[in-house]
Amino acid sequence: MTKEEILQHLPYAPPFLFVDELEYIDEEKVTGIFTFRADMPCYKGHFKGHPVTPGVLLTEVMAQTGLACLGIYLLKDEVRKQLPTVAMTAAHIDFYLPVAPGETVKAKATKIYFRFNKLKCRVELYNTAGALVCDGTIEGMIIKK
Amino acid sequence: MDKETFIEQLREIVRPYAKNQEALATIDLSTDFIKDLKINSANLVDVILDVEEKYDIVIQNEEMERMLDVQAAFDIVQTKLSEK
Repeated sequence: MTKEEILQHLPYAPPFLFVDELEYIDEEKVTGIFTFRADMPCYKGHFKGHPVTPGVLLTEVMAQTGLACLGIYLLKDEVRKQLPTVAMTAAHIDFYLPVAPGETVKAKATKIYFRFNKLKCRVELYNTAGALVCDGTIEGMIIKK
Repeated sequence: MDKETFIEQLREIVRPYAKNQEALATIDLSTDFIKDLKINSANLVDVILDVEEKYDIVIQNEEMERMLDVQAAFDIVQTKLSEK
């Protein structure tokens, strides 16, 4: 499955799509890129008069790259038939630097395991300058209907 | 392996994941991982992976789906160990 196909299969749409492009993907790891446009509505309220990208959205970039994109890649043909229902089940993240409006971030995820419909990844997020913004582990499950 | 030994070892495996620590104290063969110990389905996967590691066995998808209580876990681990 190509990087473009993976993006087309993502179950998200603006304003909650947080992957612009995939730089790299294989069965073990993935790198995604996203630009936090300065006109995004979240900056009006986070914080009043002092816009900083919310940590939950940084986590979301890592989850959409590391769980959704990598998960779709690992499931391949199954995804082509029917998009599975997925849920994030845990995120343990440490934050080191703020991300300003307009910054482009790079999310790197490495698979720890994919067993019994659960994907667990080690994740890292880097800012435009290449400095580590946050890292941790994130996991999600495919929900059987 | 007798069931007392297994239950003691399993108690230590599930300890970090069990939301209901009181139920953990009285764990027996009838204890249900999700209903009694309040382990969520995502953490139940980690329990199974820790069981695999502890007993050096590989659990299949269909066995995992049956492994919802201590009795089922005991039966599956016993079978796997006897096949070694």
